[in-house]
Amino acid sequence: MSTTLLLIQTLNGLQLGVLLFLIAAGLTLVFGVMDFINLAHGVQYMLGAYFLAAFAAATGSFALGLALTLAAALLCGVVLERLVLRHLYGRDHLDQVLATFGIILFLNEAVRALWGSAPLHVDIPEALSGAVRLMPGLLYPLYRLVLIGAGLGVALLLYVLVTHTRIGMRVRAGASDAAMVSALGVNVGRLFTLVFGFGAMLAGFAGALAAPILSVEPGMGDNILILAFVVVVIGGIGSVRGAFVAALLVGLVDTLGRSFSTSLMRLVMDSSAAAQAGPALASMLVYVLMALVLAVRPRGLFPASAG
Amino acid sequence: MSISARRSLLPLLLGAGFALVPVVTGGDVYTVNLAIRIMCLAIAAIGLDLILGYGRLVSFGHAAFFGAGAYAVGILSTHGFTSAPLLIGAAILAGAALALPIGAVSLRTRGVYFIMITLAFGQMLFFTATSLSAYGGDDGLSLPARATFLGTDPFGSPLSFHYVVLALLALVYLGGRAIVASRFGRVLRAGGEDERRVIAAGFPITAYRLVAFVIAGGIAGLAGGLYAEFTEFVSPAYLSWQRSGEFIVMVVLGGTGSLHGAVLGAAGVVLLEEWLAEFTEHWRLIFGPLLVLAALAGRDGLARLLGRGTR
Repeated sequence: MSTTLLLIQTLNGLQLGVLLFLIAAGLTLVFGVMDFINLAHGVQYMLGAYFLAAFAAATGSFALGLALTLAAALLCGVVLERLVLRHLYGRDHLDQVLATFGIILFLNEAVRALWGSAPLHVDIPEALSGAVRLMPGLLYPLYRLVLIGAGLGVALLLYVLVTHTRIGMRVRAGASDAAMVSALGVNVGRLFTLVFGFGAMLAGFAGALAAPILSVEPGMGDNILILAFVVVVIGGIGSVRGAFVAALLVGLVDTLGRSFSTSLMRLVMDSSAAAQAGPALASMLVYVLMALVLAVRPRGLFPASAG
Repeated sequence: MSISARRSLLPLLLGAGFALVPVVTGGDVYTVNLAIRIMCLAIAAIGLDLILGYGRLVSFGHAAFFGAGAYAVGILSTHGFTSAPLLIGAAILAGAALALPIGAVSLRTRGVYFIMITLAFGQMLFFTATSLSAYGGDDGLSLPARATFLGTDPFGSPLSFHYVVLALLALVYLGGRAIVASRFGRVLRAGGEDERRVIAAGFPITAYRLVAFVIAGGIAGLAGGLYAEFTEFVSPAYLSWQRSGEFIVMVVLGGTGSLHGAVLGAAGVVLLEEWLAEFTEHWRLIFGPLLVLAALAGRDGLARLLGRGTR
């Protein structure tokens, strides 16, 4: 394995980590603040990708399409919260699982009915196409670098928002003790809608960013949702900082594991056995990581809740 | 009619109903196969009801144990094993053996953590199945032959398959009833209602839950093994998280914590899917909102319609 390959895979890992963080940030706050399990968060990511494909094609501009996508994703989140999820706060988790599972089935199928099962193609915007020479012999696509930068930028913004503003303080307080925040006179209903809509927008943003480099297809949000769950579990429910660290960790472990596990296995077994065991091991790595973290810290790396 | 009489009447009616399906339809292959599919899934759903309905632990990885049983049968079959007791025994063992470590880690947590972790481990096994390139990988694996038993062919015809699965379903149901009624079952249920009190009374509740989790895994393994024999095919889709979700839907719509509700739920979900699919290929557009409505209206679903209080 060469240094160049290692660097490229590290950047790929960062890219996955950044996408995971954008999804997991909303997810962890919804879990933390509302004690609500939202399986439908992954379809928000899928909707973001589809919205971008539709709006970018309609307006002919990626930037305009992205702006419209963010607005539409926010709207979807708020409508979903007002229409269905709001009535399930404080109910048994089983009710929440049932309802959000139903929403997944519906939205995945709606997307299939509207756009068909075949993956959609989205062009990388003209200004961001091409590659950048990072080192002699190391070319990396500009768009992917911008994606990583945008994700890190949003993470920073979110950090400032959560730690240095009044609304962020309320969200943090809500994550550690929602009943007390309500008793102190904060309009928890509005806070919940805000957190939910904002989380949906972040997931939609991730989907929109991923649209030009991944295939846009029904069900694309399902697998990444489960990875985002792993991120939330490792990071600790309700903690944005934990989600950030865990997302980068999971992104790097998964990507590097997939590219190097076969070569690593070859050190301890013959190459045909390694070709079998390598991919199997690689697909298990992040879950093993989760199990290890749980064994040491059952509440995740950065638990937010006081209780 | 007293409640206890009604409690035993409904399971009896269900059993009699399944037994009569081939008689009433004159052995119609489509209907009998539908009944077999329902009964296989119902066995798995009963297993889930033990931990979800009685233990109040929302396990979202049940399909992994179902798939483990299916793969145990599939893999042993490709290596030339055909003895039915061996294959089915291996299926049960595979489900239970996987449930032990997964349960041991997952049960360290509660609430939404438990849901997410069982989901994640289920997904891990799904990806493990897709990477089994020696056994078909993504594409899955066709069984070379069906299992035999002492020179007979129990899974050979739909009719004998039907009654073998019905017998096993009855066995699992009665076994489940015995477990639930035992001291073990009462501790499990009490732990779901008030964990602190059970711990204060000196019961190692996590150990009880782990045993229940392993039993549920073994039952799911049995169901998966039978399902593999039924379809003569095994694929990673058996372990998909959507299937885990479907098992939860079955148990919840049938009414949690009654065991026969799981059977009712399995029949309801499969029949509803079949019925909706006749109108449109996009039947999930109707099925999804139905689940949302069921959740909003409160659970207990089919069971309440039949006038039986849950729990």
